[in-house]
Amino acid sequence: MKASSLDYRNLVAAIIVVGLVALPLFSQVTGNFFVLTLFTRIVIFALAAVSLNLIMGYGGMMSFGHAAYLGIGGYAVGILAAEGFGSGFIQWPVALLASALFALVIGALSLRTRGVYFIMITLAFAQMAYYVASGLSRYGGDDGLTIYKRSSFGGVINLSNRVEFYYLCLLCLFGGIFLVWRIVNSRFGLVVQGLRSNEQRMQAIGFPAKRYQLVCFVIAGTMCGLAGALLANNTDFISPAVMYWTRSGDLMVMVILGGMGSLFGPVVGAIVYLVLEEFLSQVTEYWAMIVGPLLLLIVLFGRGGILGLIGRFSRG
Amino acid sequence: MLLVVEQFLNGLQFGLLLFLLAAGLTLVFGIMDLVNLAHGSLYMMGAYFAATFVAWSGNFVIGIVLALGATLLLGIALEVIALRHLYGRDHLDHVLATFGLILFFNDLVRLVWGPAGLALPLPAWLTVPVQIIPGVFYPAYRLAIISVALAVALMLYILVMRTRVGMLIRAGASNREMIGALGINIKLLYTMVFGLGAALAGLAGLMEAPILTVQIGMGENILILAFVIIVIGGIGSIRGAFVAAILVGMIDTLGRAFLPDLLRSVLSSAAASTAAPALSSMLIYLLMAIVLVARPEGLFPANRR
Repeated sequence: MKASSLDYRNLVAAIIVVGLVALPLFSQVTGNFFVLTLFTRIVIFALAAVSLNLIMGYGGMMSFGHAAYLGIGGYAVGILAAEGFGSGFIQWPVALLASALFALVIGALSLRTRGVYFIMITLAFAQMAYYVASGLSRYGGDDGLTIYKRSSFGGVINLSNRVEFYYLCLLCLFGGIFLVWRIVNSRFGLVVQGLRSNEQRMQAIGFPAKRYQLVCFVIAGTMCGLAGALLANNTDFISPAVMYWTRSGDLMVMVILGGMGSLFGPVVGAIVYLVLEEFLSQVTEYWAMIVGPLLLLIVLFGRGGILGLIGRFSRG
Repeated sequence: MLLVVEQFLNGLQFGLLLFLLAAGLTLVFGIMDLVNLAHGSLYMMGAYFAATFVAWSGNFVIGIVLALGATLLLGIALEVIALRHLYGRDHLDHVLATFGLILFFNDLVRLVWGPAGLALPLPAWLTVPVQIIPGVFYPAYRLAIISVALAVALMLYILVMRTRVGMLIRAGASNREMIGALGINIKLLYTMVFGLGAALAGLAGLMEAPILTVQIGMGENILILAFVIIVIGGIGSIRGAFVAAILVGMIDTLGRAFLPDLLRSVLSSAAASTAAPALSSMLIYLLMAIVLVARPEGLFPANRR
């Protein structure tokens, strides 16, 4: 029984991997570049969702401020570009480092709390980052910052080339998934998952709970910062809106929609959510009126997200 | 001196308004254990209802009373149709479902009232400045907000602490099965509490409407502030929400008013004018961080099992 459901999930994962890898080929053949643009965005958000899944699905840390790292990674690229540092070899490490530092500080404070307090604290800190970005009048303030030149990586890769950029994003996504897979199967990951199930017991057998959770929190934040750097390069623009709390909500929705605590769940969630949004916004201007109640229904009736549904369906 | 008194009153007024919003949020959380992000949508709906009914009836007071009733009914409908089924579920489910409701309400408002904001004009008798102490004038409407909010806060206190219904509400918060076993209709009680919270949010929204414009998403920024307040005050504690709301209202208002001048005396004026807005909007989050470091459960932790 269990094995067959796992097979189905692996099948879904395999289809996604092959589909994502083959996508540029499809768009070249059909001349449909819109789908490539859409999926570049999807892949970037999938990376952010994968990082959120690490703390939310495996670590049980319900962060409602995850979009802050998208903004921090993006602003690191944008501000350095505006100041004349165009090299990705400078921009990207700074983006990662800034995200890691932010995660370290807010994680150290937020992890003093738990449950719904944690949800609200992370939300509030992300809002704080949002207001700070809005106050950066030198870098566009509320209106955001246009990035005139994408990060340059010497001759290694040209980000202005659609296909090359797409594959870079995809590489980052697969790298992120691989990293999460290695983490959750390592001793460190097992401890973090143990803390999700029963923090008191883990502490009683001598694990410093907060330290493990904080490291996990920082890893996820850094990974999302990378997604932020990609996002800024994708849109050639960064604005505080990227950090707005509804963006964090979107990321949460992607993770839960796809299936929390499963490796490919967030990717499925990102694809479904963003394709649905794209599709519905072409049909009607009021797409959120459909998506909103849909979320409610998914919460009420569909436990375990889409992958969970597939699992249940395949079990009969 | 004049400015200080005025800003002090502004802070009090903003704090009381925040209290109305936070009180509903903390009641619903403390009693039903429900995280309701859509609380900000009820605030927004209150403002839209008020703008519509005042324009329709041509009378400010009638319009506002109708709007309050409409928000109350909307809250009750929301509870019966959707949120009731979420009690006892994971907090994450609450966040997700009510996040969906926010998306829904924002687009619903856009569909019904259009994307442009509405204005809620004040009647003439509320626009006159009132002399509060010799030489200091203050807008009558803001004074009205302060007195209404104070009255509501007092009524809420009496309702929860001094009446039979309040006793049931408190009992329901501490042991839901037991009060059900004693023959109390707990479902009805929950619906009533949710309706009360919705009406409070609507009241806050419609009172703020004449000061700001009535627009989509107006409930979202203030909802975050309400969250900060209930985290600072201790989730589930009305007293904590009151203290924290006044604190946050004061710090936010006074910070915005006086921080630029304060910074200018330390920094160069160019640096001060860039740093001040960001710093003053960060102040309350700093306060929250400090409170949490010192007392992770908030200032007045409610007694939970």
